[in-house]
Amino acid sequence: MIEIDSITKTYGTMNAVDAVSMRVETGSITAIVGTSGSGKTTLLRMINRLEEPTSGEVRINGTSTSSVKPHLLRRRIGYAIQGHGLFPHHTVARNIGAVPELLKWSRDKINERVDELLALFSMDPAEFRDRFPAELSGGQQQRVGVARALASRPDLLLMDEPFGALDPIIRTRAQKDLAHIQRKLGSTIMLVTHDMEEAISLGDHVAVMDGGKLVQYAPPAEIIARPATDFVANMVGDVERPLRLLSLISVSEIIEAGEADGEGLPETASLRDALSACLWSGRDALPATREGAVVGRVTLKAIRARAGAHL
Amino acid sequence: MKTGRILRSVLIALLLALVLRPDWFVPIFAPFAPDGGPVIYQRASMLSLSLSHLGIVTLASAAATIVAVALAILVTRPAGAAFRPLSRTITNMGQTFPPVAVLALAVPALGFGAGPTLVALFLYGLLPIFENAVTALTSLPRATTQAARGIGLSRLQRLLRVELPLALPVTLTGIRLSIVIGLGTATIGSTVAARTLGEVIIAGLLTNNTAYVLQGGLIVGLFAVLIYDALVQLELYLTGRMGG
Ligand SMILES: Nc1ncnc2c1ncn2[C@@H]1O[C@H](COP(=O)(O)OP(=O)(O)OP(=O)(O)O)[C@@H](O)[C@H]1O
Ligand SMILES: [Mg+2]
Repeated sequence: MIEIDSITKTYGTMNAVDAVSMRVETGSITAIVGTSGSGKTTLLRMINRLEEPTSGEVRINGTSTSSVKPHLLRRRIGYAIQGHGLFPHHTVARNIGAVPELLKWSRDKINERVDELLALFSMDPAEFRDRFPAELSGGQQQRVGVARALASRPDLLLMDEPFGALDPIIRTRAQKDLAHIQRKLGSTIMLVTHDMEEAISLGDHVAVMDGGKLVQYAPPAEIIARPATDFVANMVGDVERPLRLLSLISVSEIIEAGEADGEGLPETASLRDALSACLWSGRDALPATREGAVVGRVTLKAIRARAGAHL
Repeated sequence: MKTGRILRSVLIALLLALVLRPDWFVPIFAPFAPDGGPVIYQRASMLSLSLSHLGIVTLASAAATIVAVALAILVTRPAGAAFRPLSRTITNMGQTFPPVAVLALAVPALGFGAGPTLVALFLYGLLPIFENAVTALTSLPRATTQAARGIGLSRLQRLLRVELPLALPVTLTGIRLSIVIGLGTATIGSTVAARTLGEVIIAGLLTNNTAYVLQGGLIVGLFAVLIYDALVQLELYLTGRMGG
């Protein structure tokens, strides 16, 4: 468990992070969201002591981080820096293997791990292992940066906008992979993003920052249902975009042949209504009707596909 | 690129000929020699003068590199930052001192021979290397140095594995400048009896023999151009690998 205890960072006269306290359970994902300059990066960097707090304390499993030598603390904590920060003079393999090398893993074990991670992030090891960072695209550099943070299978991972440079498709896949890795290894992840949608889909908890203050810290459902301030409500607003989109499309556009149980829905109804009906009655498909007669069905899967296509 | 390679080979061949077979150039230099006077310098072999010349420059530049880089590392650490202005002043003074004055001052202490020349070249070489190394070490990409801290490299590991390798190309530029300055400056070392190619030039000046001056000057110039070129290629190779 990570306990952040009234931590503050002051630059000049400005509090970049202002008396933030939170508790992160072991094995959970916490997404820190907020607008640019709200102090997300600063908060994250105080956890592995890249910044020393002006006041306050961070405890990991009860031990204060200030009682450990900073570089030894950091070897135990995976860190994916905003903007990748790869070593330009080292190959992809050496970049990813940097921490295992520091931890004195055997060469074979490091190589195996490097290939495993490259494959996980859809980069062919044979092709990419020996390239230099300058020979990669922005998205590939970013994935290598995340792979480097994961390499030693740390219990705690700090990730600063790890998926910022990825296109939506790869981004979604990378998010899924991360969630999968996290569940498999039970690692604790703190992830910074300014995308509320990403925060809500990935986080077990979402921490919303505004002007250095932690304005709400709660599970995603609660953030959506009961935003603590107007600012949070505004940030959540973005997440509703797919729903708004669905309300503009009628059921007739995605009718498919087949059967479905239960009460039908007129084909002129919107997909948002259809989605709502599915969720409400716990069905995966609904009969679609035209002037009272069943003409086919509409499935949850098709609705989802439609919502996702426009994201 | 291709013409560059041809030109380079021609210059290397010319230099080798001038150093190893100076007699071949009698017809070319003859018009510049005084009537009936010697055309080619005979009191020492060009090869031994060249080797001694290069040796002095290499030694002085190596010492300057070690001292300047060590100084640059020191003043770019948080604890040494206070010394940066002072060390700048010192290295700058090394450069503003005319080399002839350094020679004159060093002779009483070190006697005639290579000593005073080594001191002058060393002082002269410090500044460009120091300035470039400091610039390189203070302008490293921030995300990279932060990542180096973030993954848990110790201070020494950061210096050796990340900062110095990344600062190498720019530092090399400083070393290159210092070597080329040294190659030219070493010639005046012969006024205080250092064995350099300057001996040929000075002999020419004293006896009014332009052929000697040409011979010595050409060899020094060719060494400077070719060594400069080789170091540029090395820098290009290093920066190319890091993607500029
Ligand atoms: N070293 C520093 N010196 C002075 N001010 C700083 C420093 N680092 C950050 N700040 C300021 O602290 C505030 C918070 O910065 P921080 O990097 O934590 O924001 P962020 O939420 O990560 O923003 P972004 O989404 O743009 O990355 C900003 O106003 C920034 O200008
Ligand atoms: Mg940030």
